Amino acid sequence: MAERFTKSMARNIYLGGSTFFILLFLGLTFDTMQAMPERDNRENLTESVANGKLLWEENNCLGCHTLFGEGAYFAPELGNVYQRRSMGNDEAFIGYFKAWMNAMPTNVPGRRQMPQFNLNDQELEDLAAFLKYANGINTNDWPPNVEG
Amino acid sequence: MKFQSQSAAMPYFIFALALFVGQIVFGLIIGLQYVVGDFLFPEIPFNVARMVHTNLLIVWLLFGFMGAAYYLVPEEAETELYSTKLAWVLFWVFAAAGTLTIIGYLAVPYATLADITGNGLLPTMGREFLEMPTITKVGIVVVALGFLFNIGMTMLRGRKTVINIVLMTGLLGLALFFLFSFYNPHNLALDKFFWWWVVHLWVEGVWELIMGAILAFVLIKVTGVDREVIEKWLYIIIAMALITGIIGTGHHFFWIGPPEYWHYLGSIFSALEPIPFFMMTVFAFNMVSRRRREHPNRAATLWALGCAVMAFLGAGVWGFLHTLAPVNYYTHGTQITAAHGHMAFYGAYVMIVITIISYAMPIMRGRPNGNSRQAQTVEMWSFWLMTIAMVFITLFLTAAGILQVWMQRVPESGQALSFMATQDNIALFYWLREISGVIFFIGLLTYIASFFVKGDAVEVAE
Ligand code: HEM
Ligand code: HEM
Ligand SMILES: [Fe+2]
Repeated sequence: MAERFTKSMARNIYLGGSTFFILLFLGLTFDTMQAMPERDNRENLTESVANGKLLWEENNCLGCHTLFGEGAYFAPELGNVYQRRSMGNDEAFIGYFKAWMNAMPTNVPGRRQMPQFNLNDQELEDLAAFLKYANGINTNDWPPNVEG
Repeated sequence: MKFQSQSAAMPYFIFALALFVGQIVFGLIIGLQYVVGDFLFPEIPFNVARMVHTNLLIVWLLFGFMGAAYYLVPEEAETELYSTKLAWVLFWVFAAAGTLTIIGYLAVPYATLADITGNGLLPTMGREFLEMPTITKVGIVVVALGFLFNIGMTMLRGRKTVINIVLMTGLLGLALFFLFSFYNPHNLALDKFFWWWVVHLWVEGVWELIMGAILAFVLIKVTGVDREVIEKWLYIIIAMALITGIIGTGHHFFWIGPPEYWHYLGSIFSALEPIPFFMMTVFAFNMVSRRRREHPNRAATLWALGCAVMAFLGAGVWGFLHTLAPVNYYTHGTQITAAHGHMAFYGAYVMIVITIISYAMPIMRGRPNGNSRQAQTVEMWSFWLMTIAMVFITLFLTAAGILQVWMQRVPESGQALSFMATQDNIALFYWLREISGVIFFIGLLTYIASFFVKGDAVEVAE
């Protein structure tokens, strides 16, 4: 680097630049928080949904699946599973979902296996509610198609 | 070794490498489960093995960073470590907490682990990379506080070099952002937003400070280049890292709820994130070519140069590949993400930890000029085996990812293949990845073996 460019100039760029961008990031975060109520489907965040989220976490579903494209890439996306399987009908979705969870594992030789989590009816309904709520969050039209 | 207490780094390095071996064993297990779906099922389901793989990675890197700090902070500060005893106590606490957590993952179902560790009181579990029980997280915070105190007191007592200040800033940032792992609201979109404050602001923020400081330290030692020059580079590299990386967090906010303006902010700033990595490469090669001495530890120099190059490839090139919002729309959460995650973590953080181990370990073992020529030859073999294997892992996953996007993402609903059908179609690449993984594992065992190779002591050329 040129002689003219001194260490203290480099240090000032570091201190000034990082301070500026930290503050900008905090400002943008504040702005995003203002925008979120319109986007994050919080009006449908019921007690059942909250419990569903806890079950989602305590069974580490994200260890195989993605949710909005984040998580593991071993099993299908579930952020839009409500859309994929419900045909717009809650009853149909809950019915499908319970049958699915209770049928696990498939034990098809060589096929990727999903564990049996031994959840009761209420718990399965909570999880289904959570997935429906997730499907309602505004994700800027992601994923590109229903397969996730 | 200039100061006796620097040897506190030793147990940290040894334990880190042991965990690294564990990480790769579980990597091979999940890699195989990708193609032999019922392998080890139901004893070790994929999600459990994956969690062991990724959490061991994070934890051994943390051990590596701590070891690096215990070694280089006293040397830079020109004083003994504040408390060697504290360093040892914290080592055992952290090692015990880590081991118990892994045993917990493997011994009982995850839901049971959540139950017995009282996750209901303060739910923080079940989120990627942060799967450890809440009490383990609290343990990590306690260890981190003790560690920062120890390192901070050492720094305050001695010479305050730029390397020490930057390293300390990075470590403080690491601890600070980890606190966001305790924030887990019911609101999924907010949970995800702040989850990235841990993960992104670590690897594309404060960890780059840690990496830069360690790299600068080793380069001063092996090249003998003037400290003023190196410190100037260090400042400008970390300046670019933070200027681009903080707003660059936006490349994770495209599809998880936040407003659309992040598409612009995230794309533009993260597209600049390769700059600091590129500068690190130029920096490393520049310093080595301007070297004022031929350091006999050639292996350490090789790791330092390799680290800079691979970090640029993995983080810079593979990161850029999918960081623009219109591209990320299709690649988000595919095998392309996994390809990038592997090469970036390996190139930047695995290799920087091995660089400092490669430099410091021989000195701590009473070989100030590095290991014997024979041992270094074995070590350099392991460098090439692991690095080339990782290149192939990345290439095969990238190929799998491109096909996945093509079959599953690009066509319209109705035409697109389902996730599971797509996976069947790209199984060949997963087999190839697994074979590369076996080579990686052989490289790792070769690396471990290099510690046990005897040979003639190295004399200094000068
Ligand atoms: C033998 C070599 C390895 C194999 C076979 C392997 C295999 C895997 C597999 C199958 C996954 C899970 C992908 C999924 O979620 O579906 C994974 C995740 C991961 N592995 Fe490895 N791995 C290996 C080595 C490594 C190394 C050396 C590192 C660190 C440098 C590493 C870091 C990671 C990370 C960060 C993830 C999470 C990726 C993400 O979320 O995008 N792995 N690995
Ligand atoms: C050493 C530094 C880096 C490391 C260790 C790293 C690691 C990772 C990992 C593990 C993920 C997957 C996270 C998940 O599980 O969801 C990821 C995602 C991502 N990274 Fe990096 N990264 C680094 C630097 C970069 C840089 C410099 C860029 C941009 C130029 C970048 C762009 C991205 C993008 C766009 C994603 C999201 C992928 C998706 O949409 O699925 N990364 N990174
Ligand atoms: Fe990122």
